[in-house]
Amino acid sequence: MIRAHVLCCGGTGCTSSGSPKIQAAFETEIAKNGLADEIKVVQTGCFGLCALGPVVIVYPDGTFYSNVTEEDVAEIVSEHLLKGRVVERLVYNDTGDAEANVEEAHASLNDTIFYKSQYRLALRNCGVINPEAIDEYIAMDGYAALGKVLTEMTPDEVIQTILDSGLRGRGGAGFPTGLKWKFASGRRGEVQKYVCCNADEGDPGAFMDRSILEGDPHALIEAMAIAGYAIGATQGYVYVRAEYPIAVNRLQIAIDQAKEYGLLGKNIFGTDFEFDLEIRLGAGAFVCGEETALMTSIEGKRGEPRPRPPFPAVKGLFDRPTVLNNVETYANIPQIILKGVDWFRTIGTEKSKGTKVFALGGKIKNTGLVEVPMGTTLRHIIEEIGGGIPNGKKFKAAQTGGPSGGCIPAHLIDTPIDYDNLLEIGSMMGSGGLIVMDEDNCMVDIARFFLDFTVDESCGKCTPCRVGTKRLLEILDKIIAGNGELEDLDRLEELSNYIKSASLCGLGQTAPNPVLSTLRYFREEYIAHIVDKKCPAGVCKGLLRFVIDADKCIGCGMCAKQCPASAIERTDYIAPKHKLASFAIDPAKCVKCGACLPTCKFKAISKQ
Amino acid sequence: MKSLAELAAIREKMKDKIVLREGGESSVRIVVGMATCGIAAGARPVLSAFVEGVEKEGLAGKAIVSQTGCIGICQYEPVVEVMEPGKEKITYVKMTPEKVEKVLKEHIKGGKVVQEYTIAAAKNV
Repeated sequence: MIRAHVLCCGGTGCTSSGSPKIQAAFETEIAKNGLADEIKVVQTGCFGLCALGPVVIVYPDGTFYSNVTEEDVAEIVSEHLLKGRVVERLVYNDTGDAEANVEEAHASLNDTIFYKSQYRLALRNCGVINPEAIDEYIAMDGYAALGKVLTEMTPDEVIQTILDSGLRGRGGAGFPTGLKWKFASGRRGEVQKYVCCNADEGDPGAFMDRSILEGDPHALIEAMAIAGYAIGATQGYVYVRAEYPIAVNRLQIAIDQAKEYGLLGKNIFGTDFEFDLEIRLGAGAFVCGEETALMTSIEGKRGEPRPRPPFPAVKGLFDRPTVLNNVETYANIPQIILKGVDWFRTIGTEKSKGTKVFALGGKIKNTGLVEVPMGTTLRHIIEEIGGGIPNGKKFKAAQTGGPSGGCIPAHLIDTPIDYDNLLEIGSMMGSGGLIVMDEDNCMVDIARFFLDFTVDESCGKCTPCRVGTKRLLEILDKIIAGNGELEDLDRLEELSNYIKSASLCGLGQTAPNPVLSTLRYFREEYIAHIVDKKCPAGVCKGLLRFVIDADKCIGCGMCAKQCPASAIERTDYIAPKHKLASFAIDPAKCVKCGACLPTCKFKAISKQ
Repeated sequence: MKSLAELAAIREKMKDKIVLREGGESSVRIVVGMATCGIAAGARPVLSAFVEGVEKEGLAGKAIVSQTGCIGICQYEPVVEVMEPGKEKITYVKMTPEKVEKVLKEHIKGGKVVQEYTIAAAKNV
């Protein structure tokens, strides 16, 4: 009998911090101690606390080890697995203060603040099961929803269930999923139809779809088969970027296993329903996350959007009716079928039901993936689950929705997050990237960063997006360099509105959002750049000046030695009580790298 | 996959194997003291006997075998504690692999505490 399970995270984050080596070390050490028959090592998907990787959980205790190294493995095996003594120094605790928190340090994973306030629905199996073992998914009630749908429900009942649940697309705009399915459901059995999955996660910083593919790929397969039954399609495609090698690999393993078990293919569960699934690899273009561009790319053509209507539900992939949903949306569906509409409707807010996964990043202690009910406040996510801003800095803004979204300023931190509230305050849900910014972030620079991304990723098919975003970027560059005029702000707004209303697809229509939302909430920062020629956060190099206080400088010359541009030279001024002449920085030569700052022990150098 | 029954069969077969990861709040916990004192007194064969015995008796989905450190009564090692939800903790002392069989059959399976092995009995000696 197996008495304990050692779960090693095999998500992308932990893999890059060395989890495969740790897993191998566990296997060797366990064998060496003669425990191979009673302790099992399991590779799982992402646990969510990526900042603390590599992560290892030991069940049945649920002990959560973080930042595990190869050297620690022998200790965990001989102390914990053999003798039952938890290796306390490696146990994750909420405050980082081991002394004050010995009790909490013993607590199981589910008792930590990071997990306690989460509601893991789409991510429920991530970090719990082995994604490469279909039997483990089945043990967690996997494929039971598909079985129920095929044997007990009509396709229309399935669609009605999804409609009633209030599930909305998790990939961006939040369109009701059931409605999408309903539009595509006509003339079942008469025409070829397709079910597609958008796994082309392109928002910088977002990785929930990747995590589901890596941690629970069967949930996606099951949901797509359910969608196939509902609309009358026999073929599905998962469009995933080739930049996600682990996800692609595990999804392929899962598809092969499902085919072997007869959960894909002909006569599923003894009915006459058949469904097949294939992976299509994308090259990682942001525009291919747009539905029409994605389908054009699956067809083997250059990934460019086309005008809508006709909508994909009428004329989609290969000009046939198509349903396209994102990975996280699909991951909710088996649960809704099994646990029922009433259960799902108790989670979330009036108009946004269920949960949402956020990829927490930026200036926050616990970076990683968190799943919370819709309507959770930003404050709760940042201060409780995320552990707050490091180094005692002040929260300034949170950026949601990636390059299509906007910034939420500090005074709106208590806004309950759902689709409609975010739109109202000038941002959007997007795929759920959540980047936290503190007082050291310049909002003009942030807007420029995202715009730089969209300029690169614009496919170039329509003029407002191709030329418009480029002009926006040029105006921002001008402001950042210190050459801005107040009229530029009006130009930014006017041009942004043109781009929003005239662009062909979602990429262009949302590209100006970062500019508009920072203009709305942080106009004074733009004005500081233009009128005072100052960057209040000290980020924009064009407006920065490094200065040596001649009276504090003792003339040691350490800064001059470090300066890569030889911009620091001795003057002939000797400050009172000092023996040597002070140094000064030549602004014409200074490259503003800041290398001199830490060299001065007398704090004579400052950034202005 | 031809039927729901086939799916249910796989689920039942696998459930025991991953029940460990659900925190096991509803199952019986058998905790063996595995500190230096316990190991010196022979806790390792006792733990192995529990691990093998639980499977043999078909209790895999019901009981969890775990270990702990020194409880402080080193003269009574190997010490084994049995915790059932909603019931008082039972402490067995001076355990041997032979005693394990009886504990599994009568207590874990049959629900009747083996009084003669408990710490209460040992203190009377």
